[in-house]
Amino acid sequence: MAQVMEEKPHALANGGLRVRVARKIFPATANREAQLVLKNIAIDIEPRSFVVMTGPSGCGKSTLLNIVAGLDHDYEGEVELGGADTRLGYVFQSPRLLPWRTVYENIALALPDGDPGHARIDELLRQVGLESFASQYPERLSLGMQRRAALARGFVTEPDVLLMDEPFVSLDDPTAQGLRELLIALWSRRPTTVVFVTHDRNEAVMLGTRILRMSGANATISQDEAVRLSPAERTDRDKVLAEQRRIFHET
Amino acid sequence: MQRPNPVQRASSDQPWQSRVAWGLGSLVGFIFFWEVLALLIQHRHFPTPTTVFAAMWGEAETGALIYHIGKTLFRVAVAFVVAMLIGSAIGIVMGRNGRVDQAFDSWLVLFLNLPALVVIILCYVWFGRTELAAIIAVAVNKIPNVAVTVREGARALSRDLAEMAHMYRFGAWKTLRHVTLPQLSPFFLAAARTGLSLVWKIVLVVELLGRSDGVGFQLGIYFQMFDVSMILAYALAFIIVVQLIEFGILQPIAARVNRWRR
Repeated sequence: MAQVMEEKPHALANGGLRVRVARKIFPATANREAQLVLKNIAIDIEPRSFVVMTGPSGCGKSTLLNIVAGLDHDYEGEVELGGADTRLGYVFQSPRLLPWRTVYENIALALPDGDPGHARIDELLRQVGLESFASQYPERLSLGMQRRAALARGFVTEPDVLLMDEPFVSLDDPTAQGLRELLIALWSRRPTTVVFVTHDRNEAVMLGTRILRMSGANATISQDEAVRLSPAERTDRDKVLAEQRRIFHET
Repeated sequence: MQRPNPVQRASSDQPWQSRVAWGLGSLVGFIFFWEVLALLIQHRHFPTPTTVFAAMWGEAETGALIYHIGKTLFRVAVAFVVAMLIGSAIGIVMGRNGRVDQAFDSWLVLFLNLPALVVIILCYVWFGRTELAAIIAVAVNKIPNVAVTVREGARALSRDLAEMAHMYRFGAWKTLRHVTLPQLSPFFLAAARTGLSLVWKIVLVVELLGRSDGVGFQLGIYFQMFDVSMILAYALAFIIVVQLIEFGILQPIAARVNRWRR
């Protein structure tokens, strides 16, 4: 269980995050031994920063994200969210739309009944290019369109912290690139704290203002680097590539 | 992303007029076959369809047919609703809780294999030949089937969607209405459809053994008289009523519940 730690340096600003994970272990099962997934993780995240956690598959990125989300309580440590009533959004690896509700209903359901946010849905659908598919059922749409709907759902609640777990994986490159540009546009319009998980280095550099590298070997964060790119430079492939080489020491 | 749907029935590609025409045509063919066979056999225990429909009409005119079918339908309806409610509750609890499932799985197997006739006899012995005993007997026969079907659905509930509902703060009511029940609805429907046909057959036995009205009671009377025309008349009338329920109530519900599928 999460145990409360002693020292608390200062109050967190609204949308800020303080993540401390001393240990996270996957318990042993019939065909697998117990496995240490995360160790000595200490991350402080500034409000309205776009933090990308990157690393190879199975290094514990998604596990850490689920701990931050409050979906996983079985760890030693503490997660603190800034602000009284922090609204979390989560864009999952698969779109996780309700197949028996229309695109519009899926987005509307993320809002509490009577929330003024309902007025934003049409505008948001237009921004993600789904305005003519609002009354369609998700399974009749392509995966790329479903992911756009999931993105709209993530933004409609205007979350203080938006968690994203490889939301553009298994898409063809032009579609994924289009969605990344869409995400940059949505985020610039309304900057919010984002914690974004990906194994794609190029995607990490293009989107993030800060990159946390995790390596599977020691189950902790091995590199913490600010991304030196202006919003305009992020859609420039060469600039992104140069920055990627600098951060990841690629030749 | 148009993939062929393997579960789609071949007949659903045709317009409904064509399906109805085939169904009716096949039915007329059956009645014709029966008529010819009965004329060939020429025995009073194998009446022609014309004789059976005449008997049905006569019974309808006296009001007896409607009265007894009404009585039977009432018992079917009450037992069906009770069995669906209790069976679904048991199925959901067992499907969601592995320990409860382990503890009571063998009970379920026991009740599944308990002959309907034994339950009926025991209910009449313990509670007397009352309306309540009759309905309990039918419901107890049906509950294990509902529980087993709904349990499958409850076991397969998506954890992904539950997490999504949690993250977007759906709360208990919204989660039930938009996440849980839509996932269970195909299983409710399957239980309802097999349930309806099972329940009305058991109700007839219950009426035969311990009631003084209803289709089952009438069948018992006409069995004693060896009046096969009347037995077939009641059976046919009830088949027609059950089919009307299937087409008029269950199928429209199924179509509505499944409208989101590709």
